[in-house]
Amino acid sequence: MSTEVKQKEALFSKKNQKLISDPFNDNNPITVQVLGICSALAITVKLEPAIVMSLSVMFVLAAGNVIISLIRNLIPNRIRIIVQLVVVASLVILVDQFLKAFAYDVSKQLSVFVGLIITNCIIMGRFEAFALANSPWKAFLDGIGNSIGYGVILIAVAFFREFLGSGTLLGFSVIPESWYIANGGFYANNGFFLFPPMALIVVGLIIWGQRAKNTKLIEEN
Amino acid sequence: MNVNSNAYTYTFATVMVVVVAVLLSGASLGLKSKQSANVSQEKKQSILASIGIEKDRSESDEAFNQYVKQSLTLQGGKVISEDASAAFDIDMAAAVKKSNMDRQVPLYVAEKDGETFYIVPMRGKGLWGPVWGYLALESDGNTVVGATFDHKSETPGLGAEITTPMFTDQFPGKKISEAGMFQSISVVKAGTSNGDYMVDGISGGTITSNGVNDMLADCLAPYASYFKNI
Repeated sequence: MSTEVKQKEALFSKKNQKLISDPFNDNNPITVQVLGICSALAITVKLEPAIVMSLSVMFVLAAGNVIISLIRNLIPNRIRIIVQLVVVASLVILVDQFLKAFAYDVSKQLSVFVGLIITNCIIMGRFEAFALANSPWKAFLDGIGNSIGYGVILIAVAFFREFLGSGTLLGFSVIPESWYIANGGFYANNGFFLFPPMALIVVGLIIWGQRAKNTKLIEEN
Repeated sequence: MNVNSNAYTYTFATVMVVVVAVLLSGASLGLKSKQSANVSQEKKQSILASIGIEKDRSESDEAFNQYVKQSLTLQGGKVISEDASAAFDIDMAAAVKKSNMDRQVPLYVAEKDGETFYIVPMRGKGLWGPVWGYLALESDGNTVVGATFDHKSETPGLGAEITTPMFTDQFPGKKISEAGMFQSISVVKAGTSNGDYMVDGISGGTITSNGVNDMLADCLAPYASYFKNI
């Protein structure tokens, strides 16, 4: 599998650092690879679930990447997708069971999203594209990097949607009560931000901004 | 070893399935008692919350024993059992599938500051999954003192708002029957409620709001004749 020269590579060599930093900007799973969009639409209405979701994806992706990488030479090629699916699904179920027993309140937060983690294309995408061909440490870094890239966008979108849609952040009101029309003010929450299409529009704006700054990403034709 | 031969593929798949099955069923069995303790504590917590007693989940066992004096089982408006644990263990999901008269439903009688409260459990359907809650009535069995709602998978920011004070604070003071006739409380389009028998729904969460509306009507009805005679 590993064709590179077998020499001791530093734990945080340039190449390994890139594994973490690349998905943050140049190769962001949401804005550049356009993966995991469904969860970006579904759970960005509020900031808190978005944060919980990002952390859960980080755990599942890093652990799953390591497991897949460890058994990468044992997996029969023809059933590799099924094996990957089994790894994600079992990890997610295990996490869910442990949370239900030891962190019940977090598990209630997560309830809906557990299923969404299994179907998150970023996870299967990284297993298939990276973990199957790289050593466990690299796979771990790749998992962390990609889930940070995913989480940053998720949290940014949730920030705008909760702020503009409900006038709150993490459940706390940030718009003064007296500003609201109901109290004689001039302001009203934009209810449209609570609906999924706005997530797509916000992601679109983020992609636009990112490409305007990072001209590498602009296709030639 | 040829990892792509048929024999190896079958062996790998078999071993994988067995390992995963053992792992998952082991985790499920080992954690079950802890998980169900959490669920029952949370249930006690929300029963108490409906009469305005906010306790941490860990304190809810003790507080429940302190405030809830009786847990009755009702059928067709009559008390058929006073066994507290039998009433507490009734599976509402199964109970609401039966017709009004066949249904065995729990009724919690709580006492706080010398006043008696009746707490009615409810269960119904939201948009994505079940919704449930508790409605507490004053000793007249008519005036609402409080309500709590919860859900499995309603949309955050929309249907899931039924758990927030914005929605539940509308309930205290509402009534469920008029001159002895059962009325229920309707959940109507946001901003159009008026009177003692209506509350505002969640705008953008219409199907969840309708689910709560149906749940209130469906789950309060079996108690109507009991409350009439108290």
